[in-house]
Amino acid sequence: MKARKIVLTSGKGGVGKTTATVNIGAALAKRGHRVILVDTDIGLRNLDLVLGLEKRIVFDLVEVIEGRCQVRQALIKDKRFESLAILPAAQTRNKDSITEAQMARLIDELADMADYVLIDCPAGIEGGFRNAIAGADEAIVVTTPEVSAIRDADRVIGKLAERSIPMRLIINRIRPDMVRSGDMLSIDDVCEILSIELLGIIPDDEEIIDTTNRGEPLVLGEGYRLRGIYEKIVRRLEGDLIPFTNLDAPGFFGRLIGALKAG
Amino acid sequence: MTFNDVFNNLNRLFGREKSGETAKERLRLVLMSDHLSLAPDMVEAMKRDLVEVVSRYVEVDRDKIDVRFEHQDSVFAMLANVPIISVNRTPSPPAGPPRRRRRKKRLAQQNGQAPPQSTINPAPAT
Amino acid sequence: MLPLRQPFDVAHDDAQANAAQTSGAPLTLGRAIVVTSGKGGVGKTTTTANLGVALAKRGAKVALVDADVGLRNLDILMGLESRVRHHVLDVLEEKVELNEALVRDKNFPNLFLLAAAQSREKDEVDTESMRDLIEELREQFDYVLIDCPAGIEMGFTNAVVGAQEAIVVCTPEVSAVRDVDRVVGLLGNAFSPQLIINRVRPHLVHKGKMLSVEDVNSILRLPLLGVIADEPDVIVSTNKGEPLALRTDTATAKAYHTIAARIAGEDVPAPMVEYKETFMDKLGSLLGGRR
Repeated sequence: MKARKIVLTSGKGGVGKTTATVNIGAALAKRGHRVILVDTDIGLRNLDLVLGLEKRIVFDLVEVIEGRCQVRQALIKDKRFESLAILPAAQTRNKDSITEAQMARLIDELADMADYVLIDCPAGIEGGFRNAIAGADEAIVVTTPEVSAIRDADRVIGKLAERSIPMRLIINRIRPDMVRSGDMLSIDDVCEILSIELLGIIPDDEEIIDTTNRGEPLVLGEGYRLRGIYEKIVRRLEGDLIPFTNLDAPGFFGRLIGALKAG
Repeated sequence: MTFNDVFNNLNRLFGREKSGETAKERLRLVLMSDHLSLAPDMVEAMKRDLVEVVSRYVEVDRDKIDVRFEHQDSVFAMLANVPIISVNRTPSPPAGPPRRRRRKKRLAQQNGQAPPQSTINPAPAT
Repeated sequence: MLPLRQPFDVAHDDAQANAAQTSGAPLTLGRAIVVTSGKGGVGKTTTTANLGVALAKRGAKVALVDADVGLRNLDILMGLESRVRHHVLDVLEEKVELNEALVRDKNFPNLFLLAAAQSREKDEVDTESMRDLIEELREQFDYVLIDCPAGIEMGFTNAVVGAQEAIVVCTPEVSAVRDVDRVVGLLGNAFSPQLIINRVRPHLVHKGKMLSVEDVNSILRLPLLGVIADEPDVIVSTNKGEPLALRTDTATAKAYHTIAARIAGEDVPAPMVEYKETFMDKLGSLLGGRR
């Protein structure tokens, strides 16, 4: 059986594509799926760094495409998970070193070896973007509730629609306190503007900075607040109907802090 | 003065500016403009003209008109939600834009004639 | 606030007047500075907008150029999106004159925006024409700030081609530092890059959960222009289209004004952010370090 080939894209950089790719990938692997993560950001690779696998890179995606090594030689298995592997991007090459057709063939080859192939797309809508979406048959659009990120996401949604790639939305870095005070676009606002199906809502949480520094996906650790959120996203990907957490309602701790701040 | 400026100024006037709401309105307009490759003030002008045409036949609630552009499958569509207050019984004929009609009317009056099409604006049906 | 009037005509006339003024005087070219980073979402566009405002506030004639063809956002951050009629490609393809495409800022008569094309591709920009365009702008303006797109593809090449100087924006994150390092390598010995470290959260640095300014710069080893804290104000200012540097009273606004002064050659220390333990931090640690 062939893997699902899903590209994570956003248009704007820095909205959390790579972090989402890593955590969704790790959560899928934890649920027993065989997962391959592909970094297509040739020249500015980072997926290896976020997973803490940067020291183990021997071959890269361009070398595979150029036939200098076998796919299996270039894949780096995550020690924490035998079913999770990454294919790193080349760091010292250009994005035009490969073509869309080559990329599509490579993703197809990887799809024979896994249940999920997650493709981490570079920022922008240039050649790197076109290559990244070439092999995908589904897309996850990642955005943040900011005007510029939403405008860029809208551009990307238009491009994916032209190719009839089905897509779903992750809204990252929501700050419930700012939404409540009216200083941040709400989930409803973003969904209404972009009008594609929602896959996940991820609050802005400082623990993500810490885990990225250490190269540890937070879904592998204990006691992280975002872990449950990623697990839900993954279950929705698998086809389960999971209701969305209402981030707008303050919890006890939030109410306490709010009261103290107001006082 | 564009719609955005009016919106921002009004908000400032009432001293309660929710920047999330401002963001939403700005995004709506700028995305329409992006999709149509038309400057935002041209999009506004198009909406105005559209409403102008519709209101020649029916009386519309101008404050509640909502025109937006959306991707539907792979097609780009314009969706207009124009609440109708009442239907005119005798609609005005689809003549040219109103400015030209007014000029004709003025010319006719200058010539000492009764203005033609004096029933141009029939009373709205109640 | 300036009286409201037709922005396009005003922009046109003023820019032409500027050109007329400079044509008589001996020609001194302005400084073209590219704002770049490699990684997206680190605050390049926010930096460009705020430094543009801060330099304009000092009385300099400033042009902001959005080089992110296809994904333009500088117009949104400046709150000028509804006034953009023409863009960089219109000028490069000689559909309109440069001065017709310049959009004048709402607050400063000496600040202009040249928007990127939104429905075009980055590889449609001719690199040599872009170089000429920036030089033409340097004849009219004291500063030409070029907002570079993310990545290191054609958009990057076209953004840096006309610049003599570079400001690199980095956040205290491993991936951003790595990308900046790569970009600085690509810039080579030219552009004398200077560093702005953006989105620093002092309390996280204090707790050792975020790279410090010293950590970042021990890796990058670049002259530091300044450090900007991560504040929710940035989102609000983007929502409204009002750059933070329009004000002078907030810490972030002051930091941008100081950086602008440093760019202008004033001998003032680089703005830094410092950790101050707040009541909430104390309470947080009391309640078991949840915050």
